[in-house]
Amino acid sequence: MADTSHGTGGLTFDNSKRSWPNELNILLALVIIIIVFEIIGQTAPYMRGQSFLFDTKDRFDSIFNEARLQIIILQVAIIGIIALGVTQVIITAGIDLSSGPLVAATAMVAMSFGQTELVNGQPNPKALFGPWAMDLPVMIPVVVGLAFGACIGAINGTFIAYLRIPPFIATLGMFLICRGIALWWSGGNPISFPTEQFAFIGSGMMPVVWFIVLAIIFQIIMSYTVYGKHTYAIGSNEEAARMSGINVKRHKVMVYMIASMLAAFAGIVLSSKASTAQAGMGEFYELFAIAMAVIGGISLQGGRGSIIGTVLGAMVLGVIRSGFTYIKLDGSYQLMAMGCIIIAAVVLDQYRQRNRA
Amino acid sequence: MSDIVLKTEDLTKHYGGVHALQGANFELKRGEHVAIMGDNGAGKSTFVRQITGVEQRTRGKVWLYGEEVDFAGPLDAREAGIETVFQTLALADHLDVPDNLFLGREKTKWDWLGPFRVLDYKAMRQDTMDALQRTGVKIPNIRNTIERMSGGQRQCVAIARTASFSSKLTIMDEPTAALGVQETAQVENIVRTLKEAGQPLILVSHNMRQVFDLVDRIIVFRRGRICANLDIKNDDYTGEDVVSYITGAKTGEEYMETAT
Repeated sequence: MADTSHGTGGLTFDNSKRSWPNELNILLALVIIIIVFEIIGQTAPYMRGQSFLFDTKDRFDSIFNEARLQIIILQVAIIGIIALGVTQVIITAGIDLSSGPLVAATAMVAMSFGQTELVNGQPNPKALFGPWAMDLPVMIPVVVGLAFGACIGAINGTFIAYLRIPPFIATLGMFLICRGIALWWSGGNPISFPTEQFAFIGSGMMPVVWFIVLAIIFQIIMSYTVYGKHTYAIGSNEEAARMSGINVKRHKVMVYMIASMLAAFAGIVLSSKASTAQAGMGEFYELFAIAMAVIGGISLQGGRGSIIGTVLGAMVLGVIRSGFTYIKLDGSYQLMAMGCIIIAAVVLDQYRQRNRA
Repeated sequence: MSDIVLKTEDLTKHYGGVHALQGANFELKRGEHVAIMGDNGAGKSTFVRQITGVEQRTRGKVWLYGEEVDFAGPLDAREAGIETVFQTLALADHLDVPDNLFLGREKTKWDWLGPFRVLDYKAMRQDTMDALQRTGVKIPNIRNTIERMSGGQRQCVAIARTASFSSKLTIMDEPTAALGVQETAQVENIVRTLKEAGQPLILVSHNMRQVFDLVDRIIVFRRGRICANLDIKNDDYTGEDVVSYITGAKTGEEYMETAT
């Protein structure tokens, strides 16, 4: 702190510590991780000099290994959509554990209105409802799914904001309730064979398109709108937000509703991509979504972080998962290593904050 | 408009069995600066919390400029023109100066977007600069977040917030309790600026020198009751007098019956 001089008014201070956004650190970490995998690929004898992300074949039409890149992004896109909502919840200093089971429950609910009547000329063998629910326009399953998510989010938010149940407990309860709803909805049977329109939502690279579009929208909302500003303010100092006249309770309900609607949308995309909805879908999604946010620099104490950070956190997680497979690391080791990385991310973040203060 | 800025009658607050504030009758005239003094737990902050709508009073009446008011929350009080610097700073640490100045009353564009209406950062930055200039607060970079500022700078931001909205009544609850000498001097300068501008102020403070420097009148609280009303501008009171009122050695004549 060079010029913390207490001169006239005593109010000059060090400006040099400004800038260098946290997002750049994560980007840097991403690059380093990629380089490490490249080095392992080039040097480890069993890898025979394969490249991780670059195209080493004798062609000139591309520099990157596009197939692998696509897989990486596609892998994280659906959980990434959940993470966009979880990020907002964590910024208010809350947590949402119910998103994974909500994905499954929404997949079941939405798919049951998105089925097609005839499969190869035969009646749909997995039909849940009668003919009235078959071949409906795609808007119906989407709207029903999102409305279902909004209801779950409103319940979460109401318990947390108005009844002052700790977010961890409220959403843990909702975690079990949603898994129960997913099982109860069709008595445990999978719901399959969507209409062509419904199948399009999650086809090919569509999940990635949704993820990117939603990320851009929410980055703008969080940075440039009253909603975003109040979300940060509540996480930063809830008492101050209340005294400033922000309706903290109503705002929290809105944040949890938006988070649950994003998780519900992830469920719609996932069921569409898989062409089926099953009660066991989305296992551990809530935890991976939280991990993405945490790796992306969202502080669990609230008030700090950005959507861009979470997107980068999602990419880090995707690259690590894909990289471990690429260097042929056994699945059990992958889980252990990933757990270590998540803890390391939080430790680093806290160390960084303490240094700054 | 009435010449009395703020008037309370029988203002009382009980927390369960604890009688934190008992029958406070208080008046503040136009342009007047009044200090509220008293020992810890004497009811100073409780009194402030009742008139700013942060808490709901047990009984009693409050008038602002002759109009009886009943605030449901701090926002109501603020909209009525009462600006408050709280003892615990009501600032969001991760936001910058304009964000904090305008927290809860942001300037916006495209209001039809409801909660997603767009913030008018440019106008808010401009207004912030104007407000800081008016109050004489020096903050080198208003884009810095509060967490990167010293205690004095934080306090100045909090005070600039109250002073920048041309309020009808400013209340400061121990604004210099945690500050150094230089920072205290700057806060006191802001108070003088308000006095020159004719803005009424209620100052809660423990600092005897500061109170004698800044205000016209001292109200002393003791055990939840007002026990003295000292016109220090016109009558000859010393710090020792005030201390004896605070500790209970003396009681103002008009409060003999009620104060204990």
